[in-house]
Amino acid sequence: MLVYSLDRKPFRLFAQTEQSVRIPLRFFTQPEALIVAAAASRIFPSDETGPGAQEAGVAVYIDRQLAGPWGRDRYRYTQEPFEENAPAEFGYQGKATPRQVYREGLKDLKGFDQLPPAEQDNKLRQIETTLFFSLLRRNTIEGMFCDPVHGGNIDMVGWQLIGYPGPRMSNYADVDKHFGEAFRPKPVSLRETPEGNNFRPSEDEE
Amino acid sequence: MKTLPGVDAVIVGGGWTGLLMAKELGSRSGLSVAVLERGKHRESADYPGTMDELDYAVRLHMMQDLSLETVTVRHDSTQRALPMRQYGAFLPGSGVGGAGEHWNGICPRFLPDCFELFSRTVEKYGAKRLPADHSIQDWGVTYDEMEPYYTRAERMLGISGKAGNLRGKKIVGGNIFEGWRSAEYPTPPTKIPYFSALFSDAAKALGYHPYPSPAANLSEPYTNPDGVSRSACFYCGFCERFGCMVGAKAQPTNTLLPLIQERNNISIRSGASVRRIIYGAAGSGKRAQGVRYLDDKGEEVFQPAELVFLASWTLNNTRLLLLSGIGEPYNAQSGKGTVGRNLTHQVAIGAATAYFEKPLNRFMGSGAAGVCISDFDGDSFDHSGLPFLRGGHLVAMSMGYRPIANFGILPPSVKAGWGSDWKKAALEYYDRTGFIGFSGEHLAYKGNYMDLDPTYKDRFGDPLLRFTINWGENERKMAEFVTPKAVELARAMGAKEVSSFPGLKNYDANRYQFTHIQGGTIMGNSPDRSVVNPYLQHWQVPNLFVLGASTIPQNPSAHPTLTILALTYRTADAIVDRYLKSPSQLA
Repeated sequence: MLVYSLDRKPFRLFAQTEQSVRIPLRFFTQPEALIVAAAASRIFPSDETGPGAQEAGVAVYIDRQLAGPWGRDRYRYTQEPFEENAPAEFGYQGKATPRQVYREGLKDLKGFDQLPPAEQDNKLRQIETTLFFSLLRRNTIEGMFCDPVHGGNIDMVGWQLIGYPGPRMSNYADVDKHFGEAFRPKPVSLRETPEGNNFRPSEDEE
Repeated sequence: MKTLPGVDAVIVGGGWTGLLMAKELGSRSGLSVAVLERGKHRESADYPGTMDELDYAVRLHMMQDLSLETVTVRHDSTQRALPMRQYGAFLPGSGVGGAGEHWNGICPRFLPDCFELFSRTVEKYGAKRLPADHSIQDWGVTYDEMEPYYTRAERMLGISGKAGNLRGKKIVGGNIFEGWRSAEYPTPPTKIPYFSALFSDAAKALGYHPYPSPAANLSEPYTNPDGVSRSACFYCGFCERFGCMVGAKAQPTNTLLPLIQERNNISIRSGASVRRIIYGAAGSGKRAQGVRYLDDKGEEVFQPAELVFLASWTLNNTRLLLLSGIGEPYNAQSGKGTVGRNLTHQVAIGAATAYFEKPLNRFMGSGAAGVCISDFDGDSFDHSGLPFLRGGHLVAMSMGYRPIANFGILPPSVKAGWGSDWKKAALEYYDRTGFIGFSGEHLAYKGNYMDLDPTYKDRFGDPLLRFTINWGENERKMAEFVTPKAVELARAMGAKEVSSFPGLKNYDANRYQFTHIQGGTIMGNSPDRSVVNPYLQHWQVPNLFVLGASTIPQNPSAHPTLTILALTYRTADAIVDRYLKSPSQLA
């Protein structure tokens, strides 16, 4: 398990599997975080094709996003009247913030993390068309492939899965070469670049 | 309300057109110029270390804050409009540099006949071929008149490209369908990444005329006629929705701001939200007196000015005229009035999605590194037997492929949307997928317009701008026609599976379709049918000028930035050479 210290440097912690380790949560309760972690792991499983949501720390990523401005709709137009059943071509017109959508959605998944995988999949299939599930799925992809500065994609496991090098400054020498063959430079994260040290992720803003 | 000392010119909006006008007036006339920008101050030095897909490309850090103000959208005038609560169809910027900071840098000219669309179309096909409900009109300026200004704008930006028509001589390898140009591009084309190179070969094999997309992302270091130097592009793939880390992409902050900051007769006030143009009769004619705004401390301020420029993007240009009561609002039922008319967007579709056997290394690229064909653009092909007019260009762009936006785009043969099967397929296809895009003309219709919304308000309690917009049959048929061409190209590129665009239905406010909203304060030859004259001067208020894509009478398929810069140069010339000597109507 990877844990982030207050200065955002990840370090690896080997816990005894039987004991629970407390990750400082910003939004979720611990039972909620366990459900989100379990559900994200069914959406993006760890399997023979490689690591998944669990190794990437997707639950920690989502927790931080919900605690930050995105979770409370800081940048969304939220004046009334709302039109909950508007056609999709007008975008989401409902009132609920991502925080509220998660909190409500998680109520229907009580005990989810205790179920065997096949039953977990059944449960997710039942809610597949809900706004909650679509947010969870989208946030899982974000948590897999965001820069590690946001708490997900720990050790760049997501980027390594797809051969994405992250914020690589120059491809000048390579952009018109390697035709037809995979070119996979070693990934770098923002914090590993000289300029990225001052980057302040949006979830830490007021 | 505090009244500030008067200035010669006040410019509302600190994006491409506002800063270009400030630089031109300030450096050529000695006038005192104040630029009011409601967003934050920004400089090119702010961008290194911001290559973060999540905050910039997904959470849209550089865009206007919709919680303060948005637009409402409906498809026809019988519906109640709904607010665009989160971003979808287009992405207006905020802060010094405006949307010119986060653009991709794709920089074509418009085709010559776009400027005379009504006359040329009627001449060739007869008035009966125009849609019954159209409101297409000529601009009041011709391509020949625009050419020198296009050349100036290209040199200012250092556009990388290859000419296809040098003074009438067609040159294979450039866009042979383009209008004549007096000079070659300032810098050679960008490098062509693999996916775009595949497209180029396929297009050639099918008998089309591929050419490198003109790019404001420099292929080599360049110093422009103003003495501003920029470095070459590194193809990092972080252009659209980002500011350039190295200044290779032309942006107002790296191309105009350094010149403005050297001058003490130009000031830029950020955090200044203009709420009204103050206008009234003074002396013999109607004049704009200045603008009322809230400054960065929330204090209400009146800034008197001799000249007022609206340069605050299509939405705010139109809305400020409506809120200030300047000109007659357009009425779709009677057809009378001008402010708000001819709202157009752009037919922007992913015509074909191609899935390949081989990896494409798509993380490498640049906002305008790509290959286009214009064989189906404008009137490059005969429309006699076709159920639509006009067209657009097909393009295989390699703008840098980022994972959050693109992971999980899968061919129709994959049914799973999550879980192990989905993951396996998504991993396989992640770097084997490419899009052939189409951007086509959106004609102007009587029923597509902007006015003030009766229900929804901004943070101050002022009504939001309302869009009434939908596609016509012309756009739907055009998309239907071009989609199989894109599919054929994808197959010729060697794709093992291809999916095609399902067709245009209602205008989708939730699907990104380029940030090119036009109209509302259009230019033209007649005060009955346009808000500004061909010098972008208000027909009734001669000391008020409107800059930007709000003046474009109907969308001409290509991206508008270069054209609005060329129009701004033309207006600046007319002001410096003529208006300042004798302030009056320029047309």
